[in-house]
Amino acid sequence: MTPEETKLEVRSVSKYFRRDGKIVHALDETSLTVARGRFVSIIGPSGCGKSTLFNVIAGLAKPSTGDVIANGASILGKPGYVGYMLQKGLLLPWRTILDNIILGMEVRDVPRKTAIARAMPLIERYGLTGFEQHYPHELSGGMRQRASLLRTMLYDRDIVLLDEPFGALDAQTRLIMQSWLLDVWSDLQKTILFVTHDIDEAIFLSDEIHVFSARPGRIKARIDVPLARPRTQDDVTTPEFTSLKRKLLDLLAVEAERAYEQAALA
Amino acid sequence: MATHALAGGAKVGAFPAELEVDEEERARARTRRYSTIGRWAVGIAIVVLWEGLTRLNIVDPYFFSSPVLIAQTAFKDATAGSLWTDVWFTSSATILGFIAGVSLGAAIGLSTWWSKVYGNVLEPYLVMFNAVPKLALAPVLIIIFGIGFSSKVALAVLMCVVPTAIAAYSGIKSIDPDLETLLFSLGATHRHVFTKVVVPSALPWIVSSLRINIGLALAGTIVGEFVASQNGVGRMILYAGQTMDINLVWVGVVVLSIVAMVMFWCVSSLEKRLLKGIMHGAQTSGR
Repeated sequence: MTPEETKLEVRSVSKYFRRDGKIVHALDETSLTVARGRFVSIIGPSGCGKSTLFNVIAGLAKPSTGDVIANGASILGKPGYVGYMLQKGLLLPWRTILDNIILGMEVRDVPRKTAIARAMPLIERYGLTGFEQHYPHELSGGMRQRASLLRTMLYDRDIVLLDEPFGALDAQTRLIMQSWLLDVWSDLQKTILFVTHDIDEAIFLSDEIHVFSARPGRIKARIDVPLARPRTQDDVTTPEFTSLKRKLLDLLAVEAERAYEQAALA
Repeated sequence: MATHALAGGAKVGAFPAELEVDEEERARARTRRYSTIGRWAVGIAIVVLWEGLTRLNIVDPYFFSSPVLIAQTAFKDATAGSLWTDVWFTSSATILGFIAGVSLGAAIGLSTWWSKVYGNVLEPYLVMFNAVPKLALAPVLIIIFGIGFSSKVALAVLMCVVPTAIAAYSGIKSIDPDLETLLFSLGATHRHVFTKVVVPSALPWIVSSLRINIGLALAGTIVGEFVASQNGVGRMILYAGQTMDINLVWVGVVVLSIVAMVMFWCVSSLEKRLLKGIMHGAQTSGR
């Protein structure tokens, strides 16, 4: 095995603040490192601070302590350094799919022609041909997520954060999108940090999985996924997959219980 | 789409020629046809009834004139009098005031995005000023701008500014904050967010206010002409009233109604086109 180059490093990042006189502890001290080209998932109960962590890495929120290092330099408070796809996908309804996909380049003042020339091959390759001139509301949920994923990829950052991109899709579409995402990832050689609630999804996609605890969120366990790539949906019924799933279910059951109790107390 | 077989084994594409039109579609066409007929019938009935009642002296033609008398007077004023100049004066003042007022109002409303504090300070004044009967300020504007064209435009502007500003402000408040976050996550500057998210989001709200504003602008111009003017349909009505020329008063009323309808129709179709251009049939964030 070649020595792995660290692409992204989260160093003791925490976030707490005072709201209505009470201290809210959103994220406990969290550290993690992601090697170049890895697919890393974060899984945990709702409200565990995963989104807080993502906002810090994306430069949209300042942590109370800690630092985020990418390619050897701090990226704290520097929005735009990593590609970030928010949960809802968020296509601008008044723009065509093509104009939505090139939005990231447009913001960086890439000339429209150049942007389109770079977008078209990806549009063709990843199943959006014929939809370039359509508007988001004319597309299915899966197609819309494809478009916003392509936008995130075309933003051309080697680190990409995906916050539950398939959360709102039905089970069938979700499976198709997972395989699709693996194709995109292996083609474009990105380093991906992926948030999900879905254990199967996390195992199927990832090289490693970080399990978050209930609030205040912190990383409770780190699990490697030794399944060979390329993976297919057949892999989800193998004994290795099932035993990993069992392990994760046990870890998460405890946290889900705690999160539920916290919610009941609040 | 799919070419599934019909019960008799015939393929789609081999339908009988006299295929029945969808029941719902026929019902819609019927409703549309009857509505059009009804509209024309009511309009014609009003004119005929008006003419008949005044001929029979059931309604006093001295006060209510009659369609034929109005048409005759209008023709005389159009050929020998100043009807066309008056219509041109009133319409151009209205349109100019409408464009300037809507632009200014939109600029004020959109500017609130840049600072929450500024928006919050502005809001109660917009609401308050909206409640002020602005037509009452007509004498003040006449004193400032004189009795000519510019005071009429100023009054039309005054009428449109606040409603447009309020519409744009409401649009700003309804922007999906996640869209702004998205742009910032792409490393966008405030200027980018403003042009790519804020303006397109607020535009449907502004466009929806256009129809009300064209009416307000016309009212502003006419009141300006009432107060002090040498031209315009409003001045014509006032002058005719003072000289007891009832027929000419009615000509003014009818001409203004036509001007108002034409403007309203133009703005409505502009609105439809703009909304289609902006939203492409997606659910509008505006009303």
